Amino acid sequence: MHITKQLVEHLAKLSLLELSPEEVERYTQELDSLMGYFEKLNRLDTAHIDPTFHVEPPTNVFREDEVRESFKREDLLPVFPAQEDGAIKVPKIIEAS
Amino acid sequence: MNYEPVIGLEVHAQLKTQSKIFCGCSTKFDAKENELTCPVCTGMPGCLPVLNKRAVEFAIKMALATQCRINEKSLFARKHYFYPDLPKGYQISHYDKHLAQKGHIEISIGGQIKKIRLHRIHMEEDAGKNIHGTFSSYVNLNRAGIPLIEIVSEPDVRSSQEAGAYLREIRSILRYLEVCDGNMEEGSFRCDVNVSVRPVGQKEFGIRCEVKNINSFRFVEKAIEYEMGRQIEVLESGAKVIQETRLWDSDQNKTFSMRSKEEAHDYRYFPEPDLHPLIVEPHWVEEIKRTLPELSSEKKTRFIKMYQLSEYDASLLTQEKSLAQYFESVVEICKEPKLATNWILSELLREFGPEQVESSPITPQHLGELLVLIMKGTISGKIAKHVFEKMLQTGQAPQAIVQKEGLVQVSDSTQIEALVEEVLKEQKVFVDKYHAGQAKLFGFFVGEVMKKSHGKANPAMVNEFLKKKLKGA
Ligand SMILES: [Zn+2]
Repeated sequence: MHITKQLVEHLAKLSLLELSPEEVERYTQELDSLMGYFEKLNRLDTAHIDPTFHVEPPTNVFREDEVRESFKREDLLPVFPAQEDGAIKVPKIIEAS
Repeated sequence: MNYEPVIGLEVHAQLKTQSKIFCGCSTKFDAKENELTCPVCTGMPGCLPVLNKRAVEFAIKMALATQCRINEKSLFARKHYFYPDLPKGYQISHYDKHLAQKGHIEISIGGQIKKIRLHRIHMEEDAGKNIHGTFSSYVNLNRAGIPLIEIVSEPDVRSSQEAGAYLREIRSILRYLEVCDGNMEEGSFRCDVNVSVRPVGQKEFGIRCEVKNINSFRFVEKAIEYEMGRQIEVLESGAKVIQETRLWDSDQNKTFSMRSKEEAHDYRYFPEPDLHPLIVEPHWVEEIKRTLPELSSEKKTRFIKMYQLSEYDASLLTQEKSLAQYFESVVEICKEPKLATNWILSELLREFGPEQVESSPITPQHLGELLVLIMKGTISGKIAKHVFEKMLQTGQAPQAIVQKEGLVQVSDSTQIEALVEEVLKEQKVFVDKYHAGQAKLFGFFVGEVMKKSHGKANPAMVNEFLKKKLKGA
C-alpha cells in the first residue's frame, strides 16, 4: 500500500489536524517508508495464526457492579481548558442542517 | 407503481446497573452536571477501564430472551470520532466479534404472529450530553460510560405498524428481564430506523436512509411514514434516493438531512488494547438462563389457559410484569379471574398507567378483598365502586370503609319487602300505568327502592319482591 498526499490529507481531517503543504509532503514520504516496512512483514504467511491483540492469555477481568465515589467536580473540572457552572465549556458545536 | 418499505431497527438500551460500564461512577439520572465522573469516564491518560460483570450478565439475559446465539469470545474495539461529548476521542464498543447474533422475536399484527429476526446484540458505552448555548456549547459527562446494548434487527419489518409492535415487544422483554427501565424520555431506550422503499415484487432492497434518535414510538411510526412518502416521491420523479443520515423533527413532522457527520464515517476501528477479549463460557450462559423470568408472551399464553381469559384481556394484563403480578395476587385472594380482570382493566387502569399500578394506593390484597365483598353479597357492585373511590383516596382496607360508612348491603327480606311496599304505595299512579301496559316502569320502581335504601338494598332481592308485589297488586 502506498501513502498518497490525498490519504494524508484525509487522515489529517479525521484527526482534526491542520497540516501545512510542507508537512503533508514530509508525512507522505515518512509514512510511505514506514508502510514499506509493514509490506515486508506482510510477506510472512500468518493465515493460520490468530492476531495477538493482547499478550496475556485471554481471561476475564471484571469488576462487581458497585458504585465508587466519583471525583470531586472541583478537582476534575480545572483539568479542562474551560468550564462554566459545572459544565465543560467548548466552542459552539454547529449542527449543519 | 406500488411500493413497500423495508425497515430495520436499532435500539440502544441502557442497562440498569448501579455503576458505569468501565468505572465505579454511579448511573443515577438526577445528578448535577459532571458530578458522576472520574478519570476513566472522562478519558484521562493512564487509566484503565475494567468491565462491569453485571452489565455483561444483563446483555446475555437479553440475548437469551431473544433466542440469540452467544459467542464464546467477543472483542471490544475503539470506534474513533471527534465530538466534545466523547472525551477519549473514541467509544469502546463491540465490533466485528459481537456478543450475540442471529436471534428473533415474535410480534402480533392483527392477530397474526410474525417473526422478526435479530442481526446482533452488542455492548458499548454511552457518550456524554451537549447543551448548546448562544456562544458556546456545554458538555456534561455524567452519561459518558453508561452501559448500553445495541439491538440490531434484520430488515424484516414491512410497515410502520410492525415497527411499533417490534419496538414495544423489545421494550417489554427488556422490562420483564429488569435489565433496562425502557424510559424513552430519560433516554434509556432510544431507536434509530433504517428505511428504504422498493416496488412491490422487486427482490433487491432500495437505497436506505437512517433516521436517528427518535424518542417515542409514535414518532417512529410517523418518521417511517414520512420517509416512505418522501422516498417514493424521489423515485417517482426519476431521481435516486441518497444514502444519508436524517433527523426527525417532531415539531414539523418531517425528517431532514444531517450532513454534518457525513464524511467522518471512517471510524478507524481497532481492538481495544486495554480490555481483554470477553469470554462467555457455556456454563455461565446456563447459569444465567436459569434466572430468566417468564416473559410476556409466555405469561399471556398461560393466562389464557389457566384463567380462561380472552387473548385481548390477557395481552393487556401481561403488557407489564408488575401488572401481571398484581392481577395474579388479586386472583389468589378472590379466586375469580374474570371479575379481577374486569376491575383491573376498567377501574384500576383508568386511574393508573400499567407501569404505575404497582405503586397505586390500592394494594392487590385490598382489591382482592373488595371483590370478595361483592361476591359474598356484602356490598353491591355499585357500592363497590364507591368503596373503590375511597380506597383510592385513603389507601384503607375495603372492610374498614364499608363498616365506617355503614355500606353493608341490605339482604334482609322483611326490610326489603317493607321498602318495596312503601314505594308502590307512594307511586300509585305509576303502578296503575304499569298495569295498563307500561312495562318499562319496572326499572323506575327498582330505582326508587334503591334510592330509599341509599343504594344498599340487594338489587336481586329488590327485583324479586317487586315482581311478586306487582303481580299481586
Ligand atoms: Zn467514571
